[in-house]
Amino acid sequence: MFDTLSDRLAATFKNLRSRGRLSEADIDATAREIRIALLEADVALPVVRAFIKQVKTRALGAEVSQALNPAQQVIKIVNEELVGILGGETRRLRYAKQPPTVIMLAGLQGAGKTTLAGKLGRWLRNQGHAPLLVACDLQRPNAVNQLSVVAERAGVAVYAPQPGNGVGDPVQVAKDSIEYARTKQFDVVVVDTAGRLGIDAELMQQAADIRDAVSPDEILFVVDAMIGQDAVTTAQAFLDGVGFDGVVLTKLDGDARGGAALSVAQVTGRQVMFASNGEKLDDFDAFHPDRMASRILGMGDVLSLIEKA
Amino acid sequence: ARSQSSLGQGLLSLLSREHLDEDTWEEIEDTLLTADVGVAPTQELVERLRTRVKVLGTRTPTELRELLRDELVQLIGPDMDRSLSTTRSAEGRPAVVLVVGVNGTGKTTTTGKLARVLVADGRQVVLGAADTFRAAAADQLQTWGERVGAQIVRGPEGGDPASVAFDAVKEGIALEADTVLVDTAGRLHTKTGLMDELGKVKRVVEKHGPVSEVLLVLDATTGQNGLVQARVFAEVVDITGIVLTKLDGTAKGGIVVAVQRELGVPVKLVGLGEGADDLAPFEPEAFVDALVGE
Ligand SMILES: Nc1nc2c(ncn2[C@@H]2O[C@H](COP(=O)(O)OP(=O)(O)OP(=O)(O)O)[C@@H](O)[C@H]2O)c(=O)[nH]1
Ligand SMILES: Nc1nc2c(ncn2[C@@H]2O[C@H](COP(=O)(O)OP(=O)(O)OP(=O)(O)O)[C@@H](O)[C@H]2O)c(=O)[nH]1
Ligand SMILES: [Mg+2]
Ligand SMILES: [Mg+2]
Repeated sequence: MFDTLSDRLAATFKNLRSRGRLSEADIDATAREIRIALLEADVALPVVRAFIKQVKTRALGAEVSQALNPAQQVIKIVNEELVGILGGETRRLRYAKQPPTVIMLAGLQGAGKTTLAGKLGRWLRNQGHAPLLVACDLQRPNAVNQLSVVAERAGVAVYAPQPGNGVGDPVQVAKDSIEYARTKQFDVVVVDTAGRLGIDAELMQQAADIRDAVSPDEILFVVDAMIGQDAVTTAQAFLDGVGFDGVVLTKLDGDARGGAALSVAQVTGRQVMFASNGEKLDDFDAFHPDRMASRILGMGDVLSLIEKA
Repeated sequence: ARSQSSLGQGLLSLLSREHLDEDTWEEIEDTLLTADVGVAPTQELVERLRTRVKVLGTRTPTELRELLRDELVQLIGPDMDRSLSTTRSAEGRPAVVLVVGVNGTGKTTTTGKLARVLVADGRQVVLGAADTFRAAAADQLQTWGERVGAQIVRGPEGGDPASVAFDAVKEGIALEADTVLVDTAGRLHTKTGLMDELGKVKRVVEKHGPVSEVLLVLDATTGQNGLVQARVFAEVVDITGIVLTKLDGTAKGGIVVAVQRELGVPVKLVGLGEGADDLAPFEPEAFVDALVGE
C-alpha cells in the first residue's frame, strides 16, 4: 500500500509522464487517487464528490502547461481548489463597535471549547484587551472549576457565579455576564458552553437561548481535527441550531489529516479562523489554508515543487 | 417530515429494484464509507461480497444487505470474549483497570459510569485520579466518585501520575476493595514523552501485580485517525478492550471495524450519553444494524 498521495500518483502516472496534454483518461486516473486520498483524510463523502467534479471540470478546460506534467497539473488545480474552499485569506475576529465584544464557543462534547476559552483569553490579553471568560457549562462535572483554573493559568478574569454540576441556569449567567463586563470594563467576553450533540434538540435550544441572551459578535464552532465523516452532519446541525460565524479546528498537534476542515468549510461556507494545536495555553495560531491543504493531501513537498514551476 | 420522506424514498427505490446494478453496489460502498469504515476495509468488504454474490447467486438488494450484515458481524468477531475482569484475584488483590486514550474521548466519564455499574453490583471501588495535568481533572473524577459512591485517591496537581496510580492500587489493597479504576490524562499517541509516561504508569502499577484490563476509550466520531491511535496505544500499554463512546450521536463508529480487524482487540463497552447509567455492553449485531442503517 502507498502511504501518500504523491506515491500513489507517481505510480499512476509512470506511463503518462512524458505526455504533455491533459487527456480525459489522465484526469480520471488522477481523480480516482485524489478521491481515495481525500476519503482517507476524513473529508466527507458528499464533499469529496462535489470537489472531484469541480476539479475535473476545471482540469478538462485547463490550458496545457509546459512546465508541469499531467499529474502535477491536476494536483496544482486540486490544491488551488482546496485553498479556495478553505478560505484563501484568514478572516480576523470582528470586534463590536460598542464593547464588550462577545465571542461564544459551541461544539460537541470534548472538542476543546474550555481549553480554547483559555487560549483566546491569553491571546486577547497579549493584544491589550481585557477579556472575561464566562462559565456557561453548568452541566459537565467540574466544568466551572476547569474554566476557572484555565482562566487563572491564562491570567485573565472569569465570571462564574454558579457552581455548575447541574446547578444554575446558563442562560441567566450568560445574560448577567454582559452587564458584569460593562461595569467592570472588560472589553471582550468569551462564553464557554457545554458540549452538546447535533441531535440533542433540547440542548441545542439552550445554546440558541444563550446566543439570544448575549447577541454574540462571533459564534465559533469548535471541532476536533480527528473527527470523521460525521463532521458534515454535526456542522450542519450546529449551523441550523445556533448558527456560527467561524470555525476553530482543535488537536491539530496530532497526526490526523483534518479533512473536517474541508467538509465544514464546504458545507457551511464558514471559514476556519483558528487552529488549536496543543494542551498548553500558547498552542494556538491563526489558521493557514495553504498548510491545511497540503496536510489534507499529505503531499507538502510535491506542492512546493509545483508552486515553483 | 424530512426523515419520513427520505425513508419513503429509500424504500421505494429498494422495492423498485429487483436486481443488483452498479447503483446498489455504490450505495453499499457509500454506507460503509460514510460510517467511517475506511477505504481499504470497504473495498475489501465489497470485493468479498461480489465474490459471494456470484457464488450464491444473490439477486436482490435486500439479500445483498443481509450478506453485508453477515460479513460485518464476522469481521467484528461475534464470538469474542467481551467480558471485563473486575473481580479480585485468587491471591486477594483487587482487579486493576487502566483507562487510556487521546484527549476528550470520554475517559473520566467512562470511569465514573463503570464505577457506577460495579457499585450497583455490590462491589467496592477505588478510583485513581492519575490525570494530574488537565485543569480540574481530579475534581471531575471526584465528583463522579461522590455521585456513584466510590472512593478516590488523588495526588497534587502536576504531580507524578504513576505514583498516584500506585497509591490508588495500594489503597485498594489496604481496603480489600474489589476493583481499582485508574483514570489517566488524555494524550495524543504522537507525543512520545506522554506515551512513555503512560507506559510508566502501567509498569509502576504492575509492581503490585498484573493489571486486569487496559481500556482504550475511542470517540465514535473519530475518523481514520482512530486506527493509528489504537495501534500506538496497543503497542505502549497492550490494550485489552475498547470502549466506544458518544454513540448516542449521529456518528456510527465504523472505525472500530478496522481496529478490530487489524488488532483483534474487542470492543467491550459503548457510551450512550453523559449520564451515570449511559454505559452498555457492546452488541455486535445491534452495532452492525445501526452501521448499515436499518
Ligand atoms: N493535544 C491537544 N489537546 C487539546 C487541544 N485542545 C483541547 N485539548 C484537550 O482536549 C480535552 C478536552 O478539552 P476541553 O477544553 O475540556 O473540551 P470541551 O469542548 O470544553 O469539552 P466539554 O466541555 O466536555 O464538551 C482536554 O484534555 C484538553 O486538554 C489541542 O489543541 N491539542
Ligand atoms: N454524548 C455523550 N457524551 C459523552 C459520552 N462520554 C463522555 N461524554 C462527554 O464528553 C466530554 C468529555 O468527557 P471526559 O470524560 O471528560 O473525557 P476525557 O477523555 O476524560 O477527557 P480528557 O481527560 O480531557 O482527555 C464530556 O462533556 C462528557 O460529558 C457519551 O457516551 N455520550
Ligand atoms: Mg468544556
Ligand atoms: Mg479525563
